[in-house]
Amino acid sequence: MALTDYRLNARRIAGRRRGLNGWTVLALCTAAIFALPVAMVASSALSPAGETWRHLSETVLSLYITNSIVLMLGVGVGTAVIGAGTAWLVTMCRFPGQRLFEWALFLPMAVPAYVLAYTYTGLFDVAGPVQGLLRDLTGWSVRDYWFPDIRSMPGAIAMMVLVLYPYVYLVTRAAFLEQSVCVLEIGRTLGCSPWGAFWRLGLPLARPALATGVALSLMEALGDFGTVQYFAVDTFTSGIFRTWLGLGDPVSAAHLAALLLVAIAALMLGERYARGAARFHHTTTRYRPLPRLALKPVSAFAAMLACALPILLGFVLPAVALAVWASGEDGMALAPFLTYARNTLTLAVPTAALAVGLAVLLGYGRRLGLSRAGKVAIRIAAMGYAIPGAVIAVGVLVPIAGLDNAVDAWMREHFGVSTGLILTGSIAAVIFAYLVRFLAVAFNTVESGLEKVTPSMDAAARSLGRSPLDTLRRVHLPMMRASLTTAALLVFVDVMKELPATLMMRPFNFDTLAIKAYELASDERLSEAALPSLAIVAVGVLPVILMSRAIAKARPGSQSAGS
Amino acid sequence: MAGLAFSNVTHRFGQRIAVDDLNIEIEAGEVVCLLGPSGCGKTTTLRLAAGLETLQQGRIAIGGHVVADERGSLAPEKRHVGLIFQDYALFPHLSILDNVAFGITRRDALAEAQAALDKVGLGDRGRSFPHMLSGGEQQRVALARAIAPRPAVMLMDEPFSGLDVRLRDRVRDETLALLASTGAAVLLVTHDPEEAMRMASRIALMRAGRVVQLGTPEELYNRPADAGAARFFAEANSFAGTVGDDGQVATPLGPVPAPALRPGSRAEVLIRPHALRLDDSGQSLPLRVLRARLLGADSLVEFDLGPGLSPLVARLSPPHLPPAGTEMRISVDPGQCFVFAA
Repeated sequence: MALTDYRLNARRIAGRRRGLNGWTVLALCTAAIFALPVAMVASSALSPAGETWRHLSETVLSLYITNSIVLMLGVGVGTAVIGAGTAWLVTMCRFPGQRLFEWALFLPMAVPAYVLAYTYTGLFDVAGPVQGLLRDLTGWSVRDYWFPDIRSMPGAIAMMVLVLYPYVYLVTRAAFLEQSVCVLEIGRTLGCSPWGAFWRLGLPLARPALATGVALSLMEALGDFGTVQYFAVDTFTSGIFRTWLGLGDPVSAAHLAALLLVAIAALMLGERYARGAARFHHTTTRYRPLPRLALKPVSAFAAMLACALPILLGFVLPAVALAVWASGEDGMALAPFLTYARNTLTLAVPTAALAVGLAVLLGYGRRLGLSRAGKVAIRIAAMGYAIPGAVIAVGVLVPIAGLDNAVDAWMREHFGVSTGLILTGSIAAVIFAYLVRFLAVAFNTVESGLEKVTPSMDAAARSLGRSPLDTLRRVHLPMMRASLTTAALLVFVDVMKELPATLMMRPFNFDTLAIKAYELASDERLSEAALPSLAIVAVGVLPVILMSRAIAKARPGSQSAGS
Repeated sequence: MAGLAFSNVTHRFGQRIAVDDLNIEIEAGEVVCLLGPSGCGKTTTLRLAAGLETLQQGRIAIGGHVVADERGSLAPEKRHVGLIFQDYALFPHLSILDNVAFGITRRDALAEAQAALDKVGLGDRGRSFPHMLSGGEQQRVALARAIAPRPAVMLMDEPFSGLDVRLRDRVRDETLALLASTGAAVLLVTHDPEEAMRMASRIALMRAGRVVQLGTPEELYNRPADAGAARFFAEANSFAGTVGDDGQVATPLGPVPAPALRPGSRAEVLIRPHALRLDDSGQSLPLRVLRARLLGADSLVEFDLGPGLSPLVARLSPPHLPPAGTEMRISVDPGQCFVFAA
């Protein structure tokens, strides 16, 4: 009897073989497609260098390298000091406004560095209101005094520190919150002052987190294009852009991109190393509400100032300036603004939707139990975020142009028709580049959402007769709704802010808010640039608020909602 | 025809063998407990039965239908088994009634779910959500959800260990009664020998992926297959010795017969603490008390066996609390002494 049943069941059983299943294949394909641009750039480093490259390496390459290193040093030190310092103040001390600062310190994250750059230029250059006021008050003429030049290397460092310190703040604050109070209290009983406890215990324990945060902000700084281009500080990204569009030499641009990729890879390795050591976060498992140190009036005032300055300089001042300019007579009219906004939506909405969809596919695929190859593939697919937009643009454009040319040649040969460039300069190509870059953002958020669904819930749903797809639809997706929204929003904002890839890849005459703001600012038409910039900042604030709320809930030992 | 049958099932994780040539058949209406320390392969066995792990070697059949063998495994959703976890795995976004109705594909799903909820005594909580329920209530919802689709096989992974001790006994009895009424073949995984003895029709004692002994609770307790099996149910006093020409092993408590072993072979003698009792007759042995503790219904008394030997542990009922140094006369119940080849 068992034998007949066996034959009956054989076909159904055969559908489920070990190793390769549908999800693995899907995940592998997705990963392969998204790894292609990076592989493209990396392999171009091996192709023979042309005349342009020789010219570049003899003239500007050393400048690119020095500038990039100086920029990284400045940004690294600046973000570490401000990020870790404010994080310690708001987690460990009690002073007026501390609760407000706790989330407001995230706000500068909403401002793209390039927006800050031209806002400050508008405020502080010779013709700006600050120097004008100075001259009115003192009666000096322009040649009578020295004023720091915003459009310089120190200026670029300052701009990036102001918008990037929240990365360090984010991770070190989490690390300080996770630290067991016991360790700090024992330190105090062994004779440490509050500051001594910070230097000798708090900071060393948070060191892996600090390294992670600094590495993140350095990757952003290396990938920045708008600020350095606007300030005429030549780094790799501006070099790639100029080599590509100015000199029209994709191979040399790819060489530059490959060099930049090496630097990013080194940073990623450093970050991985730091995270590997992060195990000593949890020295004991007992948590109590943090006994915050009440500060005396003078130190309380100093703490307030230390927390308020980054917020004022990185968010309030530029936001107010932009609002004033946007509402002035020279502000952008509504009609063109709506056109740019529509173009931005045309790119950002499909990208956000696709990124979340792919992230769910990969995340759920991983959960269903992938082979090792599948896991590696997902890791590669989620790597794009570390790679600068300019590099990704090169990596996408080269193969796409090749494909276009091949199709064109084939069509001409067989049908006598020239198809020209189908994909190059198409919206689809731009969205693909965005996906390569921002898939990781969606993926990480979706992954943390998936963690809320315990493996035994999967097992329960399956044993109750639901297929994997049905389980995803009825259990995982409803439970992850908040994460999915956050993921989509994060990608949306990132696309909205993105500059270099959009500049290099967009369809002819297709202007987004970011591009128009940047172009107008470059033409010294700051008032016109203000409205689109303000729109970018305003939308950028949304995920910042979501994120700071989520983080506030995440302290171990505190009541977490919904569990 | 067995409700659930494992034939020659072997499963590896990398190099490590988790389940080694396992053969168990569970009849409909029978409760078989997989008992063993953590890492013995019992949970893997359960996951193989549910289809949550892909079978590598052997064959698993449910209700006489093969669901997995070397050529492939039927997906979990096609096996019609009920599954209950330690953490219950209720879906937090669904109401209690929707949770229970989740696995029912018939048209009157909600009515069926309500009936299942009524059976576990939670008929009025259908509109609540999982986090609003106590641990015991959540466990009952998990049970209702698992039985609602009327599975022929019920798999339970440490289903009661999330409950506090006083609640546990009651929930166990209720669960057992309900499972008996469904007639399902039940496979229950536990590391708690008392739970296994309380729940099981038969117990499969596992160690390092192998079934060491399969039998009724009484067989396992009174006729353990080896020293490990004997020790798993209760810690015992152990003595090493050699079987003499008279077929007995000498111990500090006197000779113990070893009919199954050849004279001259090494042997281990296990004597359960319950096997020792106070005895004033001439057969008994005078021993000096080291310390005594009251455990409630009985007492734990340690006796000195002389230099170089661990103290002898006895559980005396009714409890005695002799002061240290007292000399008492002790004899051994031969039914609770076990001799195994060492």
